[in-house]
Amino acid sequence: MAKSDQILDEHIASEYKYGWFDPIEMDTAPKGLSEDIVRFISAKKNEPAWLLEWRLKAYRHWLTMEEPRHWAHISYPPVNFQDIIYYAAPKKKEGVKSFDEVDPELLKTFEKLGISLEEQKRLVGMESNIAVDAVIDSVSVKTTFKETLAEKGIIFCSFSEAVHEHPELVKKYLGSVVPHTDNFYAALNSAVFSDGSFCYIPKGVRCPMELSTYFRINSAGTGQFERTLIIADEGSYVSYLEGCTAPQRDENQLHAAVVEIVAHKNGEVKYSTVQNWYPGDKDGKGGVYNFVTKRGICLEENAKISWTQVETGSAITWKYPSVILKGDNSVGEFYSVAVTNNMQQADTGTKMIHIGKNTRSTIVSKGISAGKSNNSYRGLVRISRGAKNARNFSQCDSLLMGDKCGAHTFPYIEIKDKSGIVEHEATTSKIGEDQIFYCNQRGIETEKAVALIVNGYCKEVLNQLPMEFAVEARKLLAVSLEGSVG
Amino acid sequence: MSNMLTIENLHAGVPEKKIIKGLSLTVKPGEVHAIMGPNGSGKSTLSSVLAGKEDFEVTAGTVLYEGKDLLEMSPEERAREGVFLAFQYPVEIPGVSNVNFLKTALNEIREHKGLGPIDAAEFLKLIKEKQSLVELQGSLANRSVNEGFSGGEKKRNEIFQMAVLEPRLCILDETDSGLDIDALRIVANGVNKLRSKDRSFIVITHYQRLLDYIVPDVVHVLYDGKIVKSGTKDLALELEAKGYDWIKKEFVEA
Repeated sequence: MAKSDQILDEHIASEYKYGWFDPIEMDTAPKGLSEDIVRFISAKKNEPAWLLEWRLKAYRHWLTMEEPRHWAHISYPPVNFQDIIYYAAPKKKEGVKSFDEVDPELLKTFEKLGISLEEQKRLVGMESNIAVDAVIDSVSVKTTFKETLAEKGIIFCSFSEAVHEHPELVKKYLGSVVPHTDNFYAALNSAVFSDGSFCYIPKGVRCPMELSTYFRINSAGTGQFERTLIIADEGSYVSYLEGCTAPQRDENQLHAAVVEIVAHKNGEVKYSTVQNWYPGDKDGKGGVYNFVTKRGICLEENAKISWTQVETGSAITWKYPSVILKGDNSVGEFYSVAVTNNMQQADTGTKMIHIGKNTRSTIVSKGISAGKSNNSYRGLVRISRGAKNARNFSQCDSLLMGDKCGAHTFPYIEIKDKSGIVEHEATTSKIGEDQIFYCNQRGIETEKAVALIVNGYCKEVLNQLPMEFAVEARKLLAVSLEGSVG
Repeated sequence: MSNMLTIENLHAGVPEKKIIKGLSLTVKPGEVHAIMGPNGSGKSTLSSVLAGKEDFEVTAGTVLYEGKDLLEMSPEERAREGVFLAFQYPVEIPGVSNVNFLKTALNEIREHKGLGPIDAAEFLKLIKEKQSLVELQGSLANRSVNEGFSGGEKKRNEIFQMAVLEPRLCILDETDSGLDIDALRIVANGVNKLRSKDRSFIVITHYQRLLDYIVPDVVHVLYDGKIVKSGTKDLALELEAKGYDWIKKEFVEA
């Protein structure tokens, strides 16, 4: 018994691999939130007047809103919004002209994250299939492969850059899917968002590589409020990847992002996330509060938006990547694996809003709870009046490890059109000791056995991820659940 | 010739009940031992204890496997050292392909032997070759571990895994239960092809039927947690003809 306790402790101690802090020189705003701070951020980014106005409108609206504390199956002390730094950027050295002059600490951070921009840089012109945008704290520091993409007319850059170089696109689409009035955190984000990624795929272009953004919270006391906007024009296709990590800290950190996706006629966007924000320690101290609004709209016919998420991090995850199926024959998909261990809480799911005719949606959600965690699936399927022959299939599975965790399912189904067909399947199971023993008897140790069993359980979702990401996600699942079976 | 397995005065059970009560057994390399006995005599407990299942507690006695203390080893160490249990009820693992499962297991065993992971092409060849041993369809190897397998397929899959992992001590826990005569023949043939001078078998069964195909060197009768009688394969025939009552009687009177 003592031996297994020791192994358990070691595993818990070694759990979070990305918990370091790098002493990158930062340029930060004073703590707290006010109109002045909103103006400060906008000025820092040298923004046009219309955007400042947009932010201020959002800020004023936010002031009238209340923090949503009751409907989700999560509990945490109230957030003090005046105790957060809303802007932090790696300090720019005077006259940085080339990549080589970038703060070496910054490059080290990326290397530790496994991105290695140096390597990426060397790969320019050679065969590679991922372009990376890296966002530290509030700003995007480097985007790779921009030139290669530009040849096809693809725009992939930081949000701030897009504001200056493609204002007409930003103006047209910003807030068109998630308006600033949408919810408390979306309003907050609209007021103070500092950077993020912007991506536009022109008509008929199939993006030749995976586009990827790595988000990292580095500074203490900083909130991260990035904003991502992806537009797939007629007949275009893009696969977009997002990865996140944060240092291990005792206090909670706030992350409130907004992602908007617009898919035009015959356009397709595949959005994959591996979220590994710091989850807090085993007693629930520290960790990221992840309050995120992600939504896509299939604006015209035959558009398709697919969300795949692997959520292993954060102390609290509150996130419902959704699809508005407006165009006829459009398709929405949501594939999710959400893992909670120790004291983590997740309330996550999706919304599929069927408006167009013959629209189809698929929801596959796999929740895994271990330790003393709580894991909830919350999903809405709405078949609006006039959405003839809409179809939805939902499958929500929960896997429990140990006897101190919780799994919950909250499906909401609203059908306003009689021709709609909605199917919902749900299962709850436990990792069986007999399964683990069977693996042991074949020479596979318990930790590996759990990883194997969990990977099998999540297979349908992991299969949706691009190759490199799937490998990463598998490893992450194993790490997140280490020590969860004694 | 040194012993493959030496069990001496083994006592084991669950907290509220003693099941094995002073069992001794010696198995030499290349031998096939059949263990028979009525329900509740402790046959399956013996296989579980040898494989290291945590539910059972050993209260006395020793078990030496190739000279090493088997009871000190974790279940996975035992497996890596060459102890294989063909389960009475093979477990389903949804979403994990049979091939992936076997490859993981094989590589763990190889690593234990100081070998690197097996080459993909070599592994495929191995799988193909061993599949034919138990007439297992190619598609079964790619399906999830035991999921949706018929009773017969599950048992054949156990022998298939055994063939791939090449253990030295194979414990067959009622591998014949739930098999029709054709499946029984296939499974037994598979086992017979795996017999060699370095590999030993402990075949736990209720029925003599299996022993028509897998001919044992020694037959033991387990009763009330002890081996009460040992003999040649003729003992199995005698049991088949007379049932277990005379053993019980003899044992009680003794």
